[in-house]
Amino acid sequence: MSSKQEILDAIGRNKPSATALPNLLSFPSSEDLVAKYTQSITLNGGTAMEVDSLDDIQVYIQENFLEGLQIVSMIDEIAGNVEISSVTDPHELEAVELAVVSGEVGSAENAAIWVSDKNLPHRVLPFITQHLIIILEKANLVANMHEAYQKIDLRDTGYGVFIAGPSKTADIEQSLVIGAHGARSLTVFLI
Amino acid sequence: MRVGLFVPCYVDQFYPSAAIATMELLEKNGVEVVYPMKQSCCGQPMANSGYENYSGATSDLFLKNFGDFEYIVAPSGSCTLHVKEHVLPKGAFRPQIFELCEFLTDVLKVTTINASFPYKVGVHSSCHGLRGLGLAKPSEIIAADFDKPKSLLEKVEGINIVQLARKDECCGFGGTFAIFEEAVSVAMGKDRIGDHERQGVEVITSADMSCLMHMEGLLRRNNSTIKVKHIAEILNGNPL
Amino acid sequence: MKTHTSHAEAAEEFVKDEERTHWHDETLWHVREKRDVAAHKLPEWEQLRTNASLIKDYVLSHLDGLLIDFEKNAQANGVEVLWAKDAKEHNEHVLSILQKHQIKNIVKSKSILTEECGLNHYLEEKGYDVVDTDLGERIIQFVKQVPSHIVLPAIHLKKEEIGEIFHEHIGTDQGASDPKYLTESARLHLREKFVQANAAITGVNFGIAETGGFVVCTNEGNADMGTHLADVHIACMGIEKLIPRAADLGVFLRLLARSATGQSITTYSSHFSRPMDGKKMYIILVDNKRTEQLGREDFRNSLKCIRCGACMNTCPIYRRSGGYSYNSTVPGPIGSILSPGLDLNKHSSLPFASTLCGSCTDVCPVKINIHEQLYKWRQVVAKEGPSDPVKKWAMKLAGATLSKPGLYDFFGSMARKALKLTPDSLVYSSLNAWGKQRDLPEVPSESFKEWYKKNRKSHEQ
Repeated sequence: MSSKQEILDAIGRNKPSATALPNLLSFPSSEDLVAKYTQSITLNGGTAMEVDSLDDIQVYIQENFLEGLQIVSMIDEIAGNVEISSVTDPHELEAVELAVVSGEVGSAENAAIWVSDKNLPHRVLPFITQHLIIILEKANLVANMHEAYQKIDLRDTGYGVFIAGPSKTADIEQSLVIGAHGARSLTVFLI
Repeated sequence: MRVGLFVPCYVDQFYPSAAIATMELLEKNGVEVVYPMKQSCCGQPMANSGYENYSGATSDLFLKNFGDFEYIVAPSGSCTLHVKEHVLPKGAFRPQIFELCEFLTDVLKVTTINASFPYKVGVHSSCHGLRGLGLAKPSEIIAADFDKPKSLLEKVEGINIVQLARKDECCGFGGTFAIFEEAVSVAMGKDRIGDHERQGVEVITSADMSCLMHMEGLLRRNNSTIKVKHIAEILNGNPL
Repeated sequence: MKTHTSHAEAAEEFVKDEERTHWHDETLWHVREKRDVAAHKLPEWEQLRTNASLIKDYVLSHLDGLLIDFEKNAQANGVEVLWAKDAKEHNEHVLSILQKHQIKNIVKSKSILTEECGLNHYLEEKGYDVVDTDLGERIIQFVKQVPSHIVLPAIHLKKEEIGEIFHEHIGTDQGASDPKYLTESARLHLREKFVQANAAITGVNFGIAETGGFVVCTNEGNADMGTHLADVHIACMGIEKLIPRAADLGVFLRLLARSATGQSITTYSSHFSRPMDGKKMYIILVDNKRTEQLGREDFRNSLKCIRCGACMNTCPIYRRSGGYSYNSTVPGPIGSILSPGLDLNKHSSLPFASTLCGSCTDVCPVKINIHEQLYKWRQVVAKEGPSDPVKKWAMKLAGATLSKPGLYDFFGSMARKALKLTPDSLVYSSLNAWGKQRDLPEVPSESFKEWYKKNRKSHEQ
């Protein structure tokens, strides 16, 4: 008998009597989502800024990132200097300094933004980059994770990730250090 | 109102004043207190050691002594919990067992306590009473705050109840744990005492004499001036 | 015959270093406090716990059907699903995948399951070098230790010690202990490994039955740096780690990080469904006695565990004895109800490493009745565990004496008289344990019963 069958048979013999699956929970909120989102991301070690146009973001990038460094932009209106469509091997992205990507849904309670392979040519991009910018439309902000999952369909994508801040660790004596293996910083532009 | 008084074995043997105070306090509140003479132990030491099967006889004796009462009251959260969960027949309407403080607040609904205790007091929130009987809201739980023992103590004249750094951490007694894991038990007891010490506590009180016995053992070994006193004695107006 | 070091023995050693014990206790208490702050921000916290608990109850009672759905959906996503009845088979599956793809360099993100199966050791014997990429795990990997906490693997090490370890293994400055400097050095060191890796092994926080996908949660981003660069992704999953619907993640992701570290969510919650073009993804479903635990009516709830570690942070004994005192892959309160099911003899002392205070049960996000299961395991150990004739005899004697009022009164009074006369000459060595660091109670002149007889006899029954 295969291990699969052995395991399934054992479960069949040992499982408790059936219980009901509870309904999905919902906790609607009338909070100011932009304010709440900003509070959450700050707590997570990231930054959020409200902007009126993508030009503002372009200016921010020019002011904060040296010209010579590699910038990948997944947004047409924001200029990068790496031709992402010609990158076939994700290892080529090792030297990327800044990646600018689109977020699809943002949860205000914990600053988590859904970024999926619909908007990522290479899954490693938001991690391998030294710094990350996510652009999110304010209309796509929701109060919490229950609402976020209402807006995404996992069957649509092969991969997606909720990113809630810069990478970090507290593994050394519980001392929080921002910048572990993923991006060292996260800046979210709410537009 | 008539209640059966259950006195835990170690209170009977080593801390009779807590039981006397319990009796007197109930009587002051108009309760007829009956003390069945043939009572002994609730059986918790055996059960918690894994020998539930050796506590059948103590359970039988308990039911023989207390089976006919509507209410049983005990000055111990730990023993009360054990009786509730492992001795009283499941689903039976009576008898009901109450720890002293919850009996005063929930059944007698006392509004005044005629006692004076002008000292700095630390309240030790014993675990079995706290989480097992619901004597107060545990610090881990997100819900409305309440504290039955503390609410009674607050009615005592002159008392100064301190706020502890760790509101309801275990003292480390744990029954046979105090013997079989002595090192950690003592470390936990010392830390609890340290918390009270840092608040300038003069008297540590609790609804459970077992916790106090453990802390008192450490306090006396280390020549501390801090005293322990069962909550019944404070509420009953006993002097320090 | 008992041949394993008991928790009590190991704990006694740990506690000898009072200063270090205080440091370990304070550090973990702080994590518990952070959890409290985070939980208090959600007035619906207890509702979430109840909901999560009910979802997991459903999972356990429908586990076979859900696993079949999960496998079917994962396969439709192009993921290969393998089943392992025990640790050995799990390890063999991993090996055969590595051999099939001629893997040279492996990175691994945190997976307690792979610790449970002894995967690293197994692969090392076969000539592979497995690089643990979670910072805490990499630290202890250098010194050949196992995690002492399931979420904070290196919590038992001070930063100066970590500095020394890094100096020896990755060339950081001698004497350097600044966490920022050490973390940056580890980032550079591990980045090389990510870039070179051909295979990435991960754990699974949640497998989603309705989609066949799974979620991996990290703060460091190491699971993603590994999997998105390597050609092969092997995800190791305990069969109990399923949840039925994608929407259930709303509940679990709100509970997990808050319970574990007090964060509202981990930096990354990575949802894997399909492999990238040209790459391979495997899920290995592992039993390793989980089905056996499922059959234990009193203990099956322990399988609801989502490995948050909150019970360890709140446990006053864990904080003062350290994870190693439990001698079990998963230590602390949850370990003490899981491990006796794996090896009752080896882990017979664990259910007793507790005062049954109940704090663990209160912080558990899926409402496992941990302290009640500890009590029940004690009964099992007494009946089926290694024999302890002295304890058994003492308890039998106690049961017999305490149930006879005459004997109880007599021995009570004898004990008091003896204590009054010779407090140091006690018959049972176990009573000496009390007196080592504590005074015995002062002996009163009479017991309550004697006082009552003298003063209030009219109520005698």
